[in-house]
Amino acid sequence: MFIAFFYLLRARGLGTDTTEWMTLMEGLLRGLHGNSLSGFYNLCRATLVKTEADYDKFDMTFAEYFKDVPYEGELPEMVTEWLANKEEALKDFHAFLKTQDYEWKTQEEILKTFEERLREQREEHNAGTYWIGTGGFTNFGHSGHRPQGIRITGEGRYRRAFEVLSERRFRDFRKDNVLDIRSFQMAFRLLRQYSDRVNEAETEFDTDGTIRETADNAGSLKIKYKKPRKNVVKVLLLMDSGGSMDYYAGICSMLFQAAEKSNHFKELHVYYFHNCIASTLYKQPQLFYEDGVSTEWVLNQYGSEYKVIIVGDALMDMYDLVAKHYDRTLGEARYSGFDMLERFKEQYPHAVWLNPEQPPYGAYRSEDPEKAWALGPNGTILPKYMATAGRHGLGLDDAGFGWGGGYGGNWGESYGRIADIFPMYPLTVEGLERAMKRLLVSK
Amino acid sequence: MNNTFQGTKEYVASPELMGAVNIAIALEKPLLIKGEPGTGKTMLAEAVAKALGKELIIWSVKSTTKAQDGLYVYDVVQRLYDSQFGEGGVDDIGKYIKLGKLGEAFSADDQVVLLIDEIDKADLEFPNDLLWELDKMEFYIPETKKTVKANHRPIVIITSNAEKELPDAFLRRCIFHYIEFPGPDQMEKIIRVHFEKLDETLLAQAMEAFYWIRGLSSIEKKPSTSELVDWIRALELGGIPAEKIKAEIPFAGVLLKKDKDIARMERAK
Repeated sequence: MFIAFFYLLRARGLGTDTTEWMTLMEGLLRGLHGNSLSGFYNLCRATLVKTEADYDKFDMTFAEYFKDVPYEGELPEMVTEWLANKEEALKDFHAFLKTQDYEWKTQEEILKTFEERLREQREEHNAGTYWIGTGGFTNFGHSGHRPQGIRITGEGRYRRAFEVLSERRFRDFRKDNVLDIRSFQMAFRLLRQYSDRVNEAETEFDTDGTIRETADNAGSLKIKYKKPRKNVVKVLLLMDSGGSMDYYAGICSMLFQAAEKSNHFKELHVYYFHNCIASTLYKQPQLFYEDGVSTEWVLNQYGSEYKVIIVGDALMDMYDLVAKHYDRTLGEARYSGFDMLERFKEQYPHAVWLNPEQPPYGAYRSEDPEKAWALGPNGTILPKYMATAGRHGLGLDDAGFGWGGGYGGNWGESYGRIADIFPMYPLTVEGLERAMKRLLVSK
Repeated sequence: MNNTFQGTKEYVASPELMGAVNIAIALEKPLLIKGEPGTGKTMLAEAVAKALGKELIIWSVKSTTKAQDGLYVYDVVQRLYDSQFGEGGVDDIGKYIKLGKLGEAFSADDQVVLLIDEIDKADLEFPNDLLWELDKMEFYIPETKKTVKANHRPIVIITSNAEKELPDAFLRRCIFHYIEFPGPDQMEKIIRVHFEKLDETLLAQAMEAFYWIRGLSSIEKKPSTSELVDWIRALELGGIPAEKIKAEIPFAGVLLKKDKDIARMERAK
């Protein structure tokens, strides 16, 4: 039964699955939709949508699929009238276009002209009637006044789109966001599960076990010991803040919250830095002077048993990595960003770098690390000028594949250099899981 | 179907909410209710139980609650005591099995309404640990080798404040409804349930002020239904001239619980 609706829902990003679909079918069999469109709408929504964040997406998909369904009664009056006058409204619209000296075009015609313009147009062109651009009376672009056309990014001005059953009340909840705090938390849990498996002697008195065993033993005492269940994991979380990281503020704050809420760590300390770890780390992401602590102090304070998670895009000017910055506690310029990263690596055998940024353009994977530096798309070897303009290979990943690439420029280079020092993982749920597993093996 | 919910005199439900409740009852699936604080999520279960004339069993979930607690607890300590002091019946383990709220709901003679309140307070794994039990409405007690199976599948209502995300596998088995904050029309109905007689100007002014405050974007903790009810009661008792309410917003502390919010509201006035 209208199985295409099921696939449309999935295609529109609602994670509807067969269990939910069967529930809906059962509901229909029992007549829970009460033979009305709004009843059917409510039944669909209650069985298929499981978060208010998806209500809006559902409304739009529902309208997309069912907009042509002949429909009887029970919707708000306004909509009823509107739908009843559909034919006339279209006629009115045509008449209106004529008064404005626009000829009416079908969707195909508009698309065709759009393709033509794409081929012809060579420069930015706004507020006109012909070219692709913003404002004006053109068919193409955004924020324009033309009643028909193709909106390209931006915001609609007249929102001349089919609206759904009700107005889109749930728009604010929408999040086209695959990641959530929960999945991050689940990934952080890996750090505990493994720490529990540490081979330790059974040293702790097990009250529950003793009572149970004794009771099962009909009352004569039987003492039980167990392995200490304490989580020994101590975490030092260092986060890049500001600058190019602003784009990832949302995802970084999710990671931070997940770490904060994962109260199973024995200790969690969070510090912030900008671009690369320098002589000062900050307690707050705003990086105010008075929140600063000396990196030396951090290194002294937190021993090598800490597991270090560094979050940053690793994209910066090479100057940040190479230049020796003046250190106000040491009173001299002794360490460059590179040196600092090396010192962290030396002190903390368990350290990973999480990166919200994709490897810069031109980074490709190769089975032969030696060749990786000059590798282009699909295994092609890049011309020499492109390869040398970039940086050397990104080092090895878990699977022993080399990462390399040609074009990257100054920005890309720091990425590769840092990936050489710390094992680097993408800031995704899967990447975090891999990183957590990496933190538990010493290497 | 005699098992349909139409709201009660004390509880004003939107048609969508009533629909969701009836769908959940008919399909025998748990109903998951989310919504802003103060939209009456918990009261819904009471209203459903009352309207259908069924017993209500409430399982309030806390951060330390384990899924097992809802099924049964095996009181080993009591058994140990009894065995040490030679009490009779120690061999009968069944004597030491105490059913939890879920177990209680399953073993009831008549169909009951089971409210699992604030499920998101518990550990992340909590909802997953209940999948089988809520699906099959039964569980097994290894100690007594007995299965507790529901004679009548209880009507299960689950509330969540969205403190934690719930696992997908759990969500798939639920009927979901999000209670929107009531609009002025419905709010008026709700208010009238709480007050028998009310000065019309006072009501109109209070409502206007209330929605104006809720609309302020700078307010951190928005006032909800219960605060509005308290406020109207305070206004009535305080004998404030009705036409001054909107302009002066007296007793703002009843509506807004944070000093910062009151200051912000004063500034916006």
